[in-house]
Amino acid sequence: MRATSERSEPMSIAALAQSMGITLKALFSKPVTIPYPDAPVPLKPRFHGRHVLTRHPNGLEKCIGCSLCAAACPAYAIYVEAAENDPHNPVSAGERYAKVYEINMLRCIFCGLCEEACPTGAVVMGYDFEMADYRYSDFVYGKEDMLVEVQGTKPQRREAAYTGKPIKRGYTVPYVRPELEGVKPPEPK
Amino acid sequence: MTGIALGADPTPAADPSATDPLWMVGIKAFLVIFGLLTAFAYMTLIERRLLARIQIRQGPNRVGPDGLLQPLADAIKSIFKEDLVVAKADKVVFVLAPMISVTFAVLTFGLIPFGPKDAFFGYDPWVINLDVGLLYVFAVSEIAIYGIFLAGWASNSKYSLLGSLRSSASLISYELALGISLLAPVLLVGSLNLREIVEWQHQNGWLILYALPAFAIFLLTSMAEAARTPFDLPEAEQELVSGYNTEYSSIKWALFQMAEYIHLITASALIPTLFLGGWRMPGFLEQLPLIGGLFALPYLWMFVKIALFLFFFIWVRGTLFRLRYDQLMVFSWGRLFPLALAWFLLSALVVAFKWPIAVLGWLSLLSLVVFLAYVLLTARPKPRAMPRMGAGD
Repeated sequence: MRATSERSEPMSIAALAQSMGITLKALFSKPVTIPYPDAPVPLKPRFHGRHVLTRHPNGLEKCIGCSLCAAACPAYAIYVEAAENDPHNPVSAGERYAKVYEINMLRCIFCGLCEEACPTGAVVMGYDFEMADYRYSDFVYGKEDMLVEVQGTKPQRREAAYTGKPIKRGYTVPYVRPELEGVKPPEPK
Repeated sequence: MTGIALGADPTPAADPSATDPLWMVGIKAFLVIFGLLTAFAYMTLIERRLLARIQIRQGPNRVGPDGLLQPLADAIKSIFKEDLVVAKADKVVFVLAPMISVTFAVLTFGLIPFGPKDAFFGYDPWVINLDVGLLYVFAVSEIAIYGIFLAGWASNSKYSLLGSLRSSASLISYELALGISLLAPVLLVGSLNLREIVEWQHQNGWLILYALPAFAIFLLTSMAEAARTPFDLPEAEQELVSGYNTEYSSIKWALFQMAEYIHLITASALIPTLFLGGWRMPGFLEQLPLIGGLFALPYLWMFVKIALFLFFFIWVRGTLFRLRYDQLMVFSWGRLFPLALAWFLLSALVVAFKWPIAVLGWLSLLSLVVFLAYVLLTARPKPRAMPRMGAGD
């Protein structure tokens, strides 16, 4: 038979049989689905998740309240209010520190430009991503929601406090990036 | 039409269902309807799971243990969805059309013989035994087209009307080839009674041996009759927004789906009954001493055969794409219809001149050889592998 014209048959019967074989083979292969809520998603190391405000090893915050992240943010999601450090009891390693550091997660597009703009490597994008919540105000994350000791997102922490179980995080990472100083990877299941 | 002693019993026994009391017929009818509805519900689940596996996914597994309650969730959802009736639609016909579809889809299943006589607690395992069974089955399943056509007509929508016209045209075209393909086995057996067809096959061998082309045509056309991929033009949901049921929503839409699936289940019960020995296990297995005794359960083989055909239909749906309308018509009128007629003519010759029935067996084999030769000759050479684009990922 010649090549198909407008009115000829759609495909040869041999091709039909071949395609039936392909689907039969696929039927007996293992599904590639990740059953996400039951099994954690394996993330890539450079995944852009919830922001983390890192600290120096001596405990001082890296953020010096310079607002460069807020300037770089294309979605205007970041608000920084700086204050002078007390020289005897400093919060950060610089002259000033961030008195208020807020990110509106509803506006954030997780582009990572804040991370690139930061001169001290204070704000880094981590791995937490289960941030669905109910109230608008709950999406504005403050320092208390993002500093390195904080594990999980707001809803995850609330659920853990409610059930008394450890924070359940739906991901695994092969290793934690060195920029995320002090961040503990989630326990492997 | 005479059976001409080709196995047909010249003095058939009195209709056994006539001896069944009415309450027993009622119980059996209830069981058939209940069983069909359950089968429909779980057919949707099994189909979704199998299609998902063909696409290397997992399919619905959230509701209930391993997704087993998904049909229940689907039913609740379709009942409580908003039910729209188009303004200026013919309300009565609009509501009646899906009911017509479902009713006439259900009506055919009671004739399928599910086992030998007296296998159902001393009663016959079919609701009623009609001597014109086959005729009844196709007369009734043809009425389901009215459901589709009335749905399109009552919708007060041009799309629905055109879609229903198109559906009726394609369904009727396939009905012709379907009916004629069945004439060959009916000629051989000399009876339209489904139970007698099965019993004839027990004595003379399965009808697929004597009517392979008719079997192939029947398989294809029953797929079209059930509006099943690749012949699912009545509900071309991607390109035509379903044609005849564009304006249907909620449970009325679900009824159309139900009718379609029940047609499919009926077809997968009819094919084994007519061509593959019905409730009997394959003959060579019956000869084996152990298996022949152990697995001769009355209902088991019927269920196995139905399940096999349902699987085949799902498999086809997971593989093939929908035919275009002109392809569909050319395939029906230009290929299937003449082939069915030719095979009918051959069978008629064999019956009329009282040739041995083995002639049809050899002709079946010959047709298979011709078919395979055609396939091999028209197979195109494998295209060369495409060069890999880009420098990798």
